[in-house]
Amino acid sequence: MTEEIRATTAASSGGERPAGGDRPSGGDRPSFGDRPDRGERRPSRPGGPGGREGGRKYFRRKKVCKFCVEKIEAINYKDVRLLAQFVAESGKIVPRRLTGVCTPHQRRLSSAIKQARNIALLPFAGRAS
Amino acid sequence: MNRTYELMFIVRPDMVEEEQDKLISTLETAVTSSGGNVKSVEKMGKRRLAYMVRRFHDGIYVLLTVEGGGGLIHELERRLRVTEPVIKFITVRIDEEQKRLDKIKAIRDAKRKTPPPAPVPEAGGETAEVTA
Repeated sequence: MTEEIRATTAASSGGERPAGGDRPSGGDRPSFGDRPDRGERRPSRPGGPGGREGGRKYFRRKKVCKFCVEKIEAINYKDVRLLAQFVAESGKIVPRRLTGVCTPHQRRLSSAIKQARNIALLPFAGRAS
Repeated sequence: MNRTYELMFIVRPDMVEEEQDKLISTLETAVTSSGGNVKSVEKMGKRRLAYMVRRFHDGIYVLLTVEGGGGLIHELERRLRVTEPVIKFITVRIDEEQKRLDKIKAIRDAKRKTPPPAPVPEAGGETAEVTA
């Protein structure tokens, strides 16, 4: 990024040398000319390879498995609070593609949720009344 | 053939404390008479059920951790099914899961212990090499 700026400034200054030669009053111009140059560059950058902020319309964050990140290994049917995070309002188990849970953990999670449903800790359908 | 099971059951909400204790003690004697042993008993108290069970919206949860064979569980489940105030129960085998967890924990502990001493000798070795 900084290299780009340096390159552009160098190019612009290089381009202005003959201009400066033509006009003796162009002493202020290099500094003056640099600023709009940078100002122009910035909005154009996100569209380009840099693309960090505001460039793309939807920036999707990489989903990570909660259990891997927080190192939760014990997925127990008694832990209703944990399980409830992965159950939709309708009582359905939220799919992996939405929650980002990895396959081994989703397997344990779904079996735990099913056990919890069996003992009336979680609802089969609808909200826990 | 010793396995660990978790027996969770729900009794009706209007059951009195004494009756609960009586039920639990009968289950305990059943466990010990058939060669198992009760590891822990936990009364989890009254809780709202997620759905209606036998026209009840609430229930008293009891958790029993038992060690023993499959025959014992068969007997216990039969008893629970027969007992009137018990409205729901579930049995989960937990020893294998516990074993897995212990294994993971051991690996993590080992990992946690090894890194701190490891860099020190390396650094010492490097410096020794540099000075040599």
